[in-house]
Amino acid sequence: MVLPTEQTALPSPVPTTSPGGGRGTSALPVRLDGVARAFPAGRGSTPRTVLAGVDLEVAPGEIVAVLGPSGCGKSTLLRQVSGLDAPTAGRVTVDGTPVAGADPRTAVAFQEPRLLPWRTLTQNVALGLPAGTPRPAGRERVARLLDLVGLSGAAELRPRQVSGGMAQRASLARALARDPGVLLLDEPFGALDALTRLRMQDLLLDVHAAQPATVLLVTHDVEEALYLADRVVLLRTLGQGAAPAGSVARVVEVPGARPRDRAARDLAELRAELLDGLGVPTHHDR
Amino acid sequence: MSDRAAVTAPSGPAGPATAAGRARLGRAGRVALGLLVPVALLGAWWGTTAAGLVPPYQLPGPVAVWDAAVDLVERGQLWHHVAISTQRVLVGFAVGAAAGLAVGALVGLSRLGDLLLAPTLGAIRAVPSLAWVPLLILWLKIGEESKITLIAIGAFFPVYTTVAAALRHVDPHLVEAGRAFGLRGLRLLSVVQLPAVLPSLVAGLRLALAQAWLFLVAAELIASSMGLGFLLTDSQQNGRVDRILLAIVLLALLGKVTDALIGLAERRLLRRWA
Ligand SMILES: Nc1ncnc2c1ncn2[C@@H]1O[C@H](COP(=O)(O)OP(=O)(O)OP(=O)(O)O)[C@@H](O)[C@H]1O
Ligand SMILES: [Mg+2]
Repeated sequence: MVLPTEQTALPSPVPTTSPGGGRGTSALPVRLDGVARAFPAGRGSTPRTVLAGVDLEVAPGEIVAVLGPSGCGKSTLLRQVSGLDAPTAGRVTVDGTPVAGADPRTAVAFQEPRLLPWRTLTQNVALGLPAGTPRPAGRERVARLLDLVGLSGAAELRPRQVSGGMAQRASLARALARDPGVLLLDEPFGALDALTRLRMQDLLLDVHAAQPATVLLVTHDVEEALYLADRVVLLRTLGQGAAPAGSVARVVEVPGARPRDRAARDLAELRAELLDGLGVPTHHDR
Repeated sequence: MSDRAAVTAPSGPAGPATAAGRARLGRAGRVALGLLVPVALLGAWWGTTAAGLVPPYQLPGPVAVWDAAVDLVERGQLWHHVAISTQRVLVGFAVGAAAGLAVGALVGLSRLGDLLLAPTLGAIRAVPSLAWVPLLILWLKIGEESKITLIAIGAFFPVYTTVAAALRHVDPHLVEAGRAFGLRGLRLLSVVQLPAVLPSLVAGLRLALAQAWLFLVAAELIASSMGLGFLLTDSQQNGRVDRILLAIVLLALLGKVTDALIGLAERRLLRRWA
C-alpha cells in the first residue's frame, strides 16, 4: 500500500496513536436534509439555484467522495457543511446539532491553499490547531503534520517561496491540525503531481485510520473517489429553472474494504458508470 | 536615503526595473548620487553669497547660518527648539495615527461604520489645516494640547484613508479561511486583516508623519513660544534671515530622518510580505 518512492514521507506501519498527535476527537455523523442554495442573480431576475434537494446521511468515520462537473456546486456543498455559508432551504446537522456559522467541529482544506502569505508554513499550519492547544503540544503536532505531508524541509518558508503543490499540502496539514470530527476536503490533491497525489491519498487513509473523522472529499478524479471513498455522491449541474430535480444525480457504494487495489477489475464497471455520469464517454464494452 | 526626493511624497514600492537598477548601483553609489544635488546646492549657495551676488540681509551664506546655529547652541536654545518640536510631532503623530487606525478599521470593516462616518470624515478632511488653529486656540488655549491636537488631525487622515481603503480589499478568501479556523472579531483583525494591510498601513504612516511636520509648523507659526516654527516667526520679526534658513534646514533634516526611519521599517516589512 505504501508506494515505493525515494522519499519516505509515510509513517509505516500505521502508528496506533494518531499520526498528528491529536486529542482523539471522534468522528461525527453529518446529515443534510433538503439542502438548497440559490445565489441572487442581479436585480429583477430570479435567483440562480446551484444546489437543490440534497439529502445525505454520512455515518461517523465514513469517507464520502463528491464528484461532479465543474461549477455544479461541490464547493458550495462543502461550504454548507462547514457553516461558512448557509443554505437557502433545508438544514445541515453535525452530530445532531444544526450547523450555524463557522463550525469548530469541522475543518476545511479549501480548493485554493489560502495560506497567509506573511506566515511561514509552520505558522500557517498552527492556525489550524484547536483553540486552547498548549503551546509545546501544538508545536510538536505542527512539526509532525508537516513531516507527514513531506514539508519538514520547507517548514520555515513562506507560501510564496513554495510550489503550488507544497502549498496545497500545507493547507491539508492545517485542516488535519484541527483534529476535526468532520474533515472537508475540496480537491485537496488537485495541484499535486501524479506521484505525490498517490502518496497523499495513502497518507489520508493512514491519518483516517489512526485519527477517525468523517470525511467529505470533493474531487474531479473518478479513480481517486473509488480508491478512497466508501460512497461516491455524483452531483449534476442544475439547469435553468426547468426540471426541478435535486442536485444529487446518484449515490454509489464502492465495494471492497480499504486499502483497495488501484487496478481492481471489479471497479471497472463502476468507474465507467461514474465517468458516464460525468458525461465522459468511456467506450467501455463489457 | 537617496531614493526619496521629497519628504512629503514617499513613493510606493519600486518597480522591478528600478529595483534592478538599484541593485547594480550598490549602497555607496546610491548614497553618493543622492548627496550630489544637496552638495551642489550648498556649493551654489556658498558661491553666490561669497561672491556678493546677493546681499547678506537677503541671503546669508552657509557659514553665517552655521555660526547662527553655533550661537543658538551656546545659548542653549537650539536643542530646546528642536526637542520640543520633535516631541510635538511624535506625540501628535502617535495619537493621530492610532485614532486613524482605529477609525479606519471601523470604516473599512463595518458597512454601518462606513455609511455612518465616511461622509462626515470626508468633509472634516476637506478643512485646510490653518482653519483649525483659531478654534483650537480658543478651546485648548495656547498650551501643548492645541498644537498636539492639530498635529494629530494632520496625522489622522492619511492613516484613516489608507487603512479603510485597504481593509475593504483584503482577499475575501483569506478572511474566510480565518473564519473557518475559528477567528472572529479582534482576533480575525489581528491575525488576518491587519497583517494583510500592513504594507498600506506603513505607507499611510509615512504620509502621516510628513503631514505631522507640516501641521507642526502651522501650529507653531501662529501660537507658540518655542519650537522651530516659533524660531521662524521670531526670526522673521527680528530680521534674522540666517536663523530662518537654519530652521528650514533643520526641518528638512528632521523630516528626512524620521521618514527614513519609517522607510527602513517599510523595506524590511515588504521583504517579508511580498
Ligand atoms: N458567492 C457566490 N455568488 C454567486 N454565485 C456563486 C457564489 N459561489 C458560487 N457561485 C456559483 O455556484 C456555482 C457552483 O460553484 P462551486 O464553486 O460550488 O462549483 P464547483 O462544483 O466547486 O466547481 P469546481 O469543480 O470548478 O470547483 C457556480 O456556477 C458559481 O458561479
Ligand atoms: Mg470547487
